[in-house]
Amino acid sequence: MGETFVQKVFSRKVGKKVIPSEIVVVEPDFVLSHDNAAPISKIFGKFGVEKIKYPERLVIILDHTVPAPTEVEAGNHKLIREFVKEQNIPNFYDVNTGICHQVLSEKGYALPGKIILGSDSHTTTYGAFGAFSAGIGRTEVASIWATGELWMRVPETIRIILKGDLPKGVYAKDVILHIIGEIGADGATYKAVEFTGELADKFSIASRMVFSNMAAEMGAKAGYFHPDDKTIEFIKDIAKADYEILKSDPDAEYEKTLEFDVSNLIPQIAKPHTVDNVSPVNEVEGTKIHQGLIGTCTNGRVEDLEEAAKILKGKKIKEGVRCLVFAASMQEYIKALKKGLIEVFAKAGCIVMNPGCGPCLGAHEGVLAPGETAISTANRNFKGRMGSREAFVYLGSPATVAASVIEGEITDPRKYL
Amino acid sequence: MADKIKGKVWKYGDGVNTDVLYPGKYTYKNLTPEEIASHALEDLDPDFSKKAQKGDIIVAGKNFGMGSSREQAVTALKYKGVAAIIAKSFSRIYFRNAINQGIPAIQSEQASDAIENGEIIEIDFKNGKIITEKREFSFPSFPEKMVEILEAGGLVEYTKKKLGKN
Ligand code: SF4
Repeated sequence: MGETFVQKVFSRKVGKKVIPSEIVVVEPDFVLSHDNAAPISKIFGKFGVEKIKYPERLVIILDHTVPAPTEVEAGNHKLIREFVKEQNIPNFYDVNTGICHQVLSEKGYALPGKIILGSDSHTTTYGAFGAFSAGIGRTEVASIWATGELWMRVPETIRIILKGDLPKGVYAKDVILHIIGEIGADGATYKAVEFTGELADKFSIASRMVFSNMAAEMGAKAGYFHPDDKTIEFIKDIAKADYEILKSDPDAEYEKTLEFDVSNLIPQIAKPHTVDNVSPVNEVEGTKIHQGLIGTCTNGRVEDLEEAAKILKGKKIKEGVRCLVFAASMQEYIKALKKGLIEVFAKAGCIVMNPGCGPCLGAHEGVLAPGETAISTANRNFKGRMGSREAFVYLGSPATVAASVIEGEITDPRKYL
Repeated sequence: MADKIKGKVWKYGDGVNTDVLYPGKYTYKNLTPEEIASHALEDLDPDFSKKAQKGDIIVAGKNFGMGSSREQAVTALKYKGVAAIIAKSFSRIYFRNAINQGIPAIQSEQASDAIENGEIIEIDFKNGKIITEKREFSFPSFPEKMVEILEAGGLVEYTKKKLGKN
């Protein structure tokens, strides 16, 4: 019997063959934290050790509330900067770099065969590069800082085979929303999900990141793609370490295999207040919106901004509607700037903001008032996620959000393409 | 954590969620661990918090601990003295919280199906066995480091101890 990708990654790490459900202790290659490095450093302080065991394995990226909206966040950032200095942590990215998952990827830490853990649930994103990456708790991160290791349960794998060609106006985001709607928010709890098939091969790296990012929303511990030429092209000049390409064997044992053919899919929307509450766009068309958000770690790359700009070019957003645009990182922002996309957004009446999480988690920079409705390219629409608990958040692709802010209501983007 | 434990079983079904394990209305009340324990499972089985003894074992069905990430859902059982939880499956966060607070969480479909409420069962952690009067079930035994975490009483204690030793 062959081995899954997950078995291979863990077997390499622990130096013996492992089986799913086995519990092993591993030393992750990289450990991510963001603004929550401040509370984590306080937990770390309780252990009574002076030094972080492997400071070079930490990656700290300030992104959640950047630049600091209040004195509290400013204090947290200050504390983190001092801690980083004290502990000689080399991989630190300050408030002007971008969202942690994008930055960690574009700076070359997200590499095939690596184990990457982080105190953020969307740490799953690096599966797009063939890494095993998972979100963990703050106490666990603090403990890794101190000891370099953590116990993990080797997950079983669900294989999802993606087939067909994307119809016009349908993107990776629509496909993953459709899948989550089908299998449910707990459809892959504690499992690894392998995204494979002809469509997976055709996907760009940015599209694969949408999938791996949102694997967290089906309960998965990790969601990955097998690396290919596109992966190598992406990492070849930026890789921060050696890496090994690991793939599931053809006769590996999966817990189950699901197939999705996207040939007839139409744009999809997740409705309030759960990500698996998914409908085709035509069922929610006409829902009035107050705000659109284009960006986040899910859909804030230049590929996404381009799709939105195609629709917004030469148009104006509806009067009374706000549209916020956040590139996922400064690097993506500069690319968008060079392509003239930022000008398209500004002229259409959008507010182009600094790269970061913005209002995705309801902390600042454009949160919602009670009774307001937003459509966002983010990955979560839980109650209160973008501000008021009495607000409503719909999720869709960048194209759907762009079309919707023009009309002031949820709109099928295909009529603008 | 001893190599072997023996205890009385409290048997429950599928989907025991964090709200019945520890009702949401108490989550922000800053209760002591003992007070937290006094509300354990109160909306599912009011008898449990009154009658459970230190060393008892919970056996349940699928997706034990589904729902919120609230750590009190583990704390409640820990301070009630629950020595182990056996379930068909655990929600991911609950499973991690349980181990990280020092409660062995064991996944075994067969054991969960076969074991009855009130039975006295034995768990042999070293050899990965659940032993009832009639049958034995195996589970992958915990690796040594994991046993150390459980023995220390959880991840924070373990980390402290470990670093103290170094
Ligand atoms: S953009 Fe949103 S989902 Fe992504 S890391 Fe930031 S807060 Fe989390």
